[in-house]
Amino acid sequence: MTVLTTNNLTKHFGKVQALNGVDIEVRGGEVFGFIGPNGAGKSTTLRILLGMLKATDGEAIIFGKDAWKDAVNLHERIAYVPGDVNLWPNLTGGEVIDLFIKLRGGKRNGRRDELIRRFQLDPTKKCRAYSKGNRQKVALVAAFSSDADLYILDEPTSGLDPLMERVFQECVNEVKQQGKSVLLSSHILSEVEKLCDRVAIIREGRIIESGSLSDLRHLTRTQLLVETKQPMTELASQPGVHHVEEKGSAVVFQVDSEKLDQVLAYISTFGIVKIESAPPTLEDLFMRHYEGVEGE
Amino acid sequence: MNKRLYANTGVLTRLVFRQDRIRLTIWLAAFIVANLLVANAFATLYPSHAERQAMVETMMNPAVTAMVGPVYGLDNYTVGVMLAHEMLLLTAVVVGVMNILLVARHTRAEEEDGRVELIRALPTGRLSNVASTLLVYVMTNILLALLVAGSLMLLGIDSIDAAGSLLFGASLGVTGIFFAGLTAVFAQLSESGRGTVGLGMAVLLIAYMIRAVGDVSSETLSMFSPFGWIVRTETFVNNYWWPIFVTLGISVLFIGAAFYLNAIRDMEAGFLPSKAGKKQASRLLLSPFGLAVRLQRTGIISWAIAMFVLGASYGSILGDLESFFAENKMMKQLLGPVSGVTLTEQFITMLMAVLAMISTIPAMMFLLKLKGEEGKGRAAHLLVRSVSRIRLLGSFLVLALAGGWVMLSLAALGLGVVGNAVMEEGISLGTFYQSAMVYLPAMWVMLGLAVLLLGWAPKVTVISWLYLVYSFIVVYMGGLFQLDEWVVNMSPFGHVPELPVEEVSWMSLLGLTGIAVLLLVAGAVGYRKRDVQGG
Ligand SMILES: Nc1ncnc2c1ncn2[C@@H]1O[C@H](COP(=O)(O)OP(=O)(O)OP(=O)(O)O)[C@@H](O)[C@H]1O
Ligand SMILES: [Mg+2]
Repeated sequence: MTVLTTNNLTKHFGKVQALNGVDIEVRGGEVFGFIGPNGAGKSTTLRILLGMLKATDGEAIIFGKDAWKDAVNLHERIAYVPGDVNLWPNLTGGEVIDLFIKLRGGKRNGRRDELIRRFQLDPTKKCRAYSKGNRQKVALVAAFSSDADLYILDEPTSGLDPLMERVFQECVNEVKQQGKSVLLSSHILSEVEKLCDRVAIIREGRIIESGSLSDLRHLTRTQLLVETKQPMTELASQPGVHHVEEKGSAVVFQVDSEKLDQVLAYISTFGIVKIESAPPTLEDLFMRHYEGVEGE
Repeated sequence: MNKRLYANTGVLTRLVFRQDRIRLTIWLAAFIVANLLVANAFATLYPSHAERQAMVETMMNPAVTAMVGPVYGLDNYTVGVMLAHEMLLLTAVVVGVMNILLVARHTRAEEEDGRVELIRALPTGRLSNVASTLLVYVMTNILLALLVAGSLMLLGIDSIDAAGSLLFGASLGVTGIFFAGLTAVFAQLSESGRGTVGLGMAVLLIAYMIRAVGDVSSETLSMFSPFGWIVRTETFVNNYWWPIFVTLGISVLFIGAAFYLNAIRDMEAGFLPSKAGKKQASRLLLSPFGLAVRLQRTGIISWAIAMFVLGASYGSILGDLESFFAENKMMKQLLGPVSGVTLTEQFITMLMAVLAMISTIPAMMFLLKLKGEEGKGRAAHLLVRSVSRIRLLGSFLVLALAGGWVMLSLAALGLGVVGNAVMEEGISLGTFYQSAMVYLPAMWVMLGLAVLLLGWAPKVTVISWLYLVYSFIVVYMGGLFQLDEWVVNMSPFGHVPELPVEEVSWMSLLGLTGIAVLLLVAGAVGYRKRDVQGG
């Protein structure tokens, strides 16, 4: 079941083209990661989905409704946490949470107090006295204590300490278990790797990769360190092999994941003495795409 | 239009009230108390018809008309008529200022700070923020109208009757609604809270000046200014209501325009183009002083233009003033001939005091910007980068001193150049300039006080503004209210020799300068020692 789709989403800010035909699709009950370098267009996409910006072209459909036209109805089912949370300096954190619950038409419930406790937030402090992380917690508590069907989170953990980061991850997993969907934009790759079922990578306003993490791993390279009895003279010219370097008696090189089979077959003919492999990480994938260097 | 555009306006309205309850109470109380005190003072100071008539004769000149509007009901100048003549316009201007500041704060500034983003992500309508703000301010202005009217009626002064009191209150209320609506439109155009306030203030000032020039020389011109309409209610004389309805009608158009523009635009975007910034900092920017200038560049330029235009508009009435005196024998007797000085010159002293106090506003703003920077945690960026606190404070202070001098000079020049163009017997530009410059030490005392507060009690820098308001009231209205000498002397502006009528008194100028230096040094000591916010 599809919860959210965008179709050729395009956005111009004057002469700046922020989005250039973005297509993403979030399914029910999944956590969808949205990653990409600074200024790639993540926040812009999310703000169009929230009906705050009007797309120049293309459409954004959530729960079968248009994100701009039906914003108010949709927001009854969506919770949002931005990366930079600014609150009313003379209200307390507790008051802000209650205000947000009230605006959603909800009632103060046990969930609110439980989350306040789990996030170790002092709800009696005035917002002007909160640190950045604590302001973030106010928004997170308000979001997770609502019973939304879709959570849109834009770098929600920038500013949280590792302990709170873990609480956040628990919360995401809990809502996922309840069959709700999460759209999570983040620069913390370990977080994305841990939480997300599928990811999309955006660069310069275009989606350049998307799919499940295991799909994407096919696009990465594995790093191998190999020591053989006979020298592998032709190694560098094998298809899928990159960055060959001598390291003492061993050779270090990278292999495209989809060529791993052939390359291993090739090197085994030289009598392997030692082999070490480093698994492909999301970070490698990232680096390749972020830098925008294709191939070598 | 879709009802969903206004979803949850009610909850947000309560939020705006909740945030502003203290601020609004103080503003409303100030308006009420000020008008009650003045009405009472007039009734006590000018009890008889003859006294009031004598008073109004001195006010029947173009300079006063430019400041407070034309006299109506001359043949029966009651306490009520006097109140409307002296107070209605000035109070309306301040009501306008209040609405500009507060509406900008709840609309564009709220959006700029990212709080509207949180609200918009919830099931609230696209227009709910602006609608709730306007709802609160329309109600506030109605409340202001009723409270002012009610309290005036309760005074029990015969000439302040119910009909006039209601109209007096209504005039203030609709002026407030007018500027609330206008500011809501500007909040859609500009991308920043400061820009919104700037546009609002610019229109307010222009409206005031159009009326000033219009009231002196051309009735038609005054019809282009909301302040021109308001004084034409002829409150307590003929009690015309048409200006109220005209103002309300136009306010409704503004509000409609603000809603329309808000509904079609992106959040955090404006309709006025914002230029791309420079890629590299120019050499000028690379010092705390350069930064202080750059941050306030728009403000500096706008104020410079405004001060010159203000001086020039006053200058433009000097010609009328001259011929008025030439024809009016009684006026000459009233003011008493001071040997070797023309009556026009005597009026210039009064104008100079006003211009000097208005020039102090930008000077203090340039200085107190430092406090705003600190509050937003930006001063810390500089302090951690080997800029000493004294240097930081000094940079903003130098800008304030230089700014105040430039503003006052421009106002004096505007007054002198335009004045000379319209007068038959000119006065040398040097005389104009000198009579302005003697006010600089008084301005320095005000800046000294602001520095002292910045250094020792940054939370209450508003005291320096209140002191300026106090100075304005006692110096400008001291004669009218027959205030005691010492009350006027509590303000630095009360000690300035009134050139060209009086001699230069080096004693008082040096005394003021000495006080200013003491305040500055004491403030600097405090600023070095105290905690700096933000990081
Ligand atoms: N209001 C605006 N006016 C002009 N350009 C804008 C505006 N908002 C965003 N942009 C531009 O659109 C592009 C995308 O910005 P966006 O904020 O979506 O990036 P992002 O992927 O969220 O980056 P980050 O990781 O830094 O948060 C950037 O080039 C940005 O400069
Ligand atoms: Mg972003």
